[in-house]
Amino acid sequence: MIIYLLCLILFCCGLYCILRKRNIIKIILGIIIAEYAVNLFFILVAYRMEGRSPILSSEVEIVNMVDPLPQALVLTAIVIGLATTTLLVALAMRIYEKYKTFDITKIKELRG
Amino acid sequence: MIELYVLLIFMIIGAIIAIEMKDILSSVIAVGAVGLGLSIALLILKAPDVAITQLVVEILCLIILIRATLKKDLPFSTTGRWLLNTLIAAGFIMVFLFVAIKAFKDLPEFGYPIMRVADTYLKEGLVKTGASNFVASVILDFRAYDTLGEATVLFTAVIGVLAIIRRIGRKKKDEVVEEDDE
Repeated sequence: MIIYLLCLILFCCGLYCILRKRNIIKIILGIIIAEYAVNLFFILVAYRMEGRSPILSSEVEIVNMVDPLPQALVLTAIVIGLATTTLLVALAMRIYEKYKTFDITKIKELRG
Repeated sequence: MIELYVLLIFMIIGAIIAIEMKDILSSVIAVGAVGLGLSIALLILKAPDVAITQLVVEILCLIILIRATLKKDLPFSTTGRWLLNTLIAAGFIMVFLFVAIKAFKDLPEFGYPIMRVADTYLKEGLVKTGASNFVASVILDFRAYDTLGEATVLFTAVIGVLAIIRRIGRKKKDEVVEEDDE
């Protein structure tokens, strides 16, 4: 149960970074950290004590494999995370070109 | 399991360094360290496919972020409602932690998953799909529509990035086209 709590603390680090920081790149880093924590949490839920990775081999009997379903879902989620991160970074670069800053408190005015 | 605790504490320290570092490039590198630690933790948790994907994605992510931050290291404002903002953030995190710890009481204990759906996959996976890797048989056969949705999201994101990054658009007649190559 302690290990779930550590994973939650990692998520809270990312959440604090998203809520508190004013640099756009820092906010993106916070989103990435929170995403890592959620992926790790799914794999932790799937783990079985003394388990084996879910790959069959000819000489060993199947006794206690870890849960393959959350692993498959996380595999999907990691790739989607890369795509959304790329989209965020592209937006941040365009904002920098327009306003010459990454500071979100200076990006209030609309400029035509 | 002690190595898992050590890795998680390493990841938390890396995350705190990434958050509090003034230099943006240093914090990007610290996030890279967190991602590589996560990759090793996934290997310990018996998820080799996910660990390999995480490694590749982490390196690509690092390259993209470094490209975005090169030579753009500016001081950012620290003035203004410092106390109020910190209090709001801390309060939000406290509420979140409270709810999450309540929810953790209903989870199965660590190391003993329920596996109601996965039992079917483990029993019939080899006969039905012929794949010896169960993760591959789940993403490509039992839940192939999920992978189709993933591909859709991926291509939508790629189209979005192209639309945002692209410079040359339709210009008005007398407008001077200004471009700078990056």
